[in-house]
Amino acid sequence: MNNKGVDKSKRQFLTSALTVVGAVGSGYLAVPFLAQMQPSVKAMAAGAPVEVDISKMEVGQLIRVAWRGKPVWVLNRTPEVLERLKTLDAELRDPLSNDSEQPSSSKNAGRSMKPEIFVAVGLCTHLGCSPTFRPEVSPVDLGEKWKGGFFCPCHGSWFDLAGRVYRGVPAPTNLEVPPYRYVSDTRIIIGETAEEKNA
Amino acid sequence: MKPTRLSECGNWVLDRFPVTKFWNDHMAHYYAPKNFNIWYFFGSLALLVLVNQIITGILLTMNYKPDAKLAFDSVEYIMRDVPWGWLVRYMHSTGASAFFIVVYLHMFRALIYGSFKHPRELIWIFGMLLFVALMAEAFMGYLLPWGQMSFWGAQVIISLFSAIPVIGDDLSLWIRGDYVIADATLNRFFAFHVIAVPLVLVMLVFMHLVALHEVGSNNPDGIEIKASKDPWGHPIDGIPFHPYYTVKDLVGVGVFLLFFATVIFYMPEVGGYFLEHANFIPADPMKTPEHIAPVWYFTPFYSILRAIPDKFAGVIGMGGSIVVLFLMPWLDRCPVKSIRYRGGIFKKALFLFVVSFLALGYLGTQPVTPVATTMARLFTTIYFGFFLLMPIYTRWEKTKPVPRRLTKVHSLEEQLHAIEEQLPAFIEEITELKPASTEIGDAAFKGTFFNRRPNPKGIAHVISRVAIKLKGSLD
Repeated sequence: MNNKGVDKSKRQFLTSALTVVGAVGSGYLAVPFLAQMQPSVKAMAAGAPVEVDISKMEVGQLIRVAWRGKPVWVLNRTPEVLERLKTLDAELRDPLSNDSEQPSSSKNAGRSMKPEIFVAVGLCTHLGCSPTFRPEVSPVDLGEKWKGGFFCPCHGSWFDLAGRVYRGVPAPTNLEVPPYRYVSDTRIIIGETAEEKNA
Repeated sequence: MKPTRLSECGNWVLDRFPVTKFWNDHMAHYYAPKNFNIWYFFGSLALLVLVNQIITGILLTMNYKPDAKLAFDSVEYIMRDVPWGWLVRYMHSTGASAFFIVVYLHMFRALIYGSFKHPRELIWIFGMLLFVALMAEAFMGYLLPWGQMSFWGAQVIISLFSAIPVIGDDLSLWIRGDYVIADATLNRFFAFHVIAVPLVLVMLVFMHLVALHEVGSNNPDGIEIKASKDPWGHPIDGIPFHPYYTVKDLVGVGVFLLFFATVIFYMPEVGGYFLEHANFIPADPMKTPEHIAPVWYFTPFYSILRAIPDKFAGVIGMGGSIVVLFLMPWLDRCPVKSIRYRGGIFKKALFLFVVSFLALGYLGTQPVTPVATTMARLFTTIYFGFFLLMPIYTRWEKTKPVPRRLTKVHSLEEQLHAIEEQLPAFIEEITELKPASTEIGDAAFKGTFFNRRPNPKGIAHVISRVAIKLKGSLD
């Protein structure tokens, strides 16, 4: 029997080694446990593009389409609206859409491929509510300054009719414009751009 | 005495499993201060509501279907076709709101009597963790009926995580398990709501109580009863929890159940506050309701989120409003615990805090208007001012001398007796006798009839005396 006492450094080494091996093992086990909460293959595959017929849209009309479970708006803007959009830059947080999400084909003042047809994901960039479409100018409940746009009922964010966010509201960026392309003059496909199609 | 078969059986168990020791440690020989008042009911009531939620929750899972296509209908099925299903569901939904009422009052008690202070910091921390777990539990449970408010409420709250820089978007995607709130989200929230979070809650309740019974309960005088003990080592000002407080708490339970049953049977929706009207419409991912608001117990924090005009700062403000509560034991520098002996500045600050908390709660239920936003910003400032300035103003406090032993509490009989004695003098002061105007006009009757009429001078006097007294109690 060894009666020289306990070799503490050996114990310390064994304890440390076991701790490290145990931590690595737990780390490996954590990966599948956490990753199984990621979107499933089925959920990822559900994002197929959708086709929209805009031939029957009246001027000033807004239609809603579901794409990847989200509401997507297609708005046919009037000439007056397009004129008014040019006057708002000073009140907007990001008038040129430098910090906002849109395909390069829509990165312009009206945020659309064709000036009158505006396409956007109808979810507020603040916390994801769907803003309401309020095209009228200076209604009673929104006040004098309202120039027509989208109003988020949840937290009071203001967007103009190009989905550009006003200053001093909670939403940080302009409404997201999804990738879309024209199949013909009256048909849009939401979910892919022309470049992606050709690539 | 000769051991009987039964006592032998009992001893066999006790030698292996210390039931008696546990009972004595935590009930029969646990000494609690003898001056507990009405504020001390809410701990045991919270436990009662937790048991209610667990039992009714188990019953609800027997008929509920955690599937985006079936969930809404299965709740209506429970309400209409399952025998007594409506009762079980209303007990569960009312229980959720009752839980928060009870817990908010319980937390307020800790604030006024300094129960979060040394040596009870950990009890407070465990309690705050319980509060956070309870909020998570309530939030996930609210998604399950799959109504409009369930859907859009969850959409907003999960989007809060996307405000975190760099990892935010991936994190909220991971929480949802889909690009939008969908079946995957509903399923996992069901799992968290019925098993994961309840386990955490029960474990935290256990830790909360172990920590409490280690250091002993605080009391309305905010002094340590363990400081003065009798020759047997029991606190002189303490009484065994059982039977004294078990019986007292039963009275609290009775009163609570009276209110609870009234809500369940006569007003289960409480005008859209306990069950919101928009939640009786199935979830529609294409359309947000005109006015969305969380259930009442989240509205103070929601108001803070709305008041700040920046996404990330808003989320930080909302999170911060809960985090500062954790820091209470270290923010408050006043050595005196109970509000009875604390300085006027703390009483006024606490009053402002309560007002701003209630006001934020009210504003959170209302639509956004410019006036409401300004008000919310003002009250948010007061809310944070209460906590962040606390290290400064609690140092200035002019406290009153703290007694060494518990002060006497006047019993209800004594109080009633005192009122009875003072009543005639009080009536004499606020009224005056006036000769009645007799319609007969007979001189013989004049002066014999008197009417008591309110005396404006006397009433003004009483009001000013009450005001002076109120001001005095705030100093």
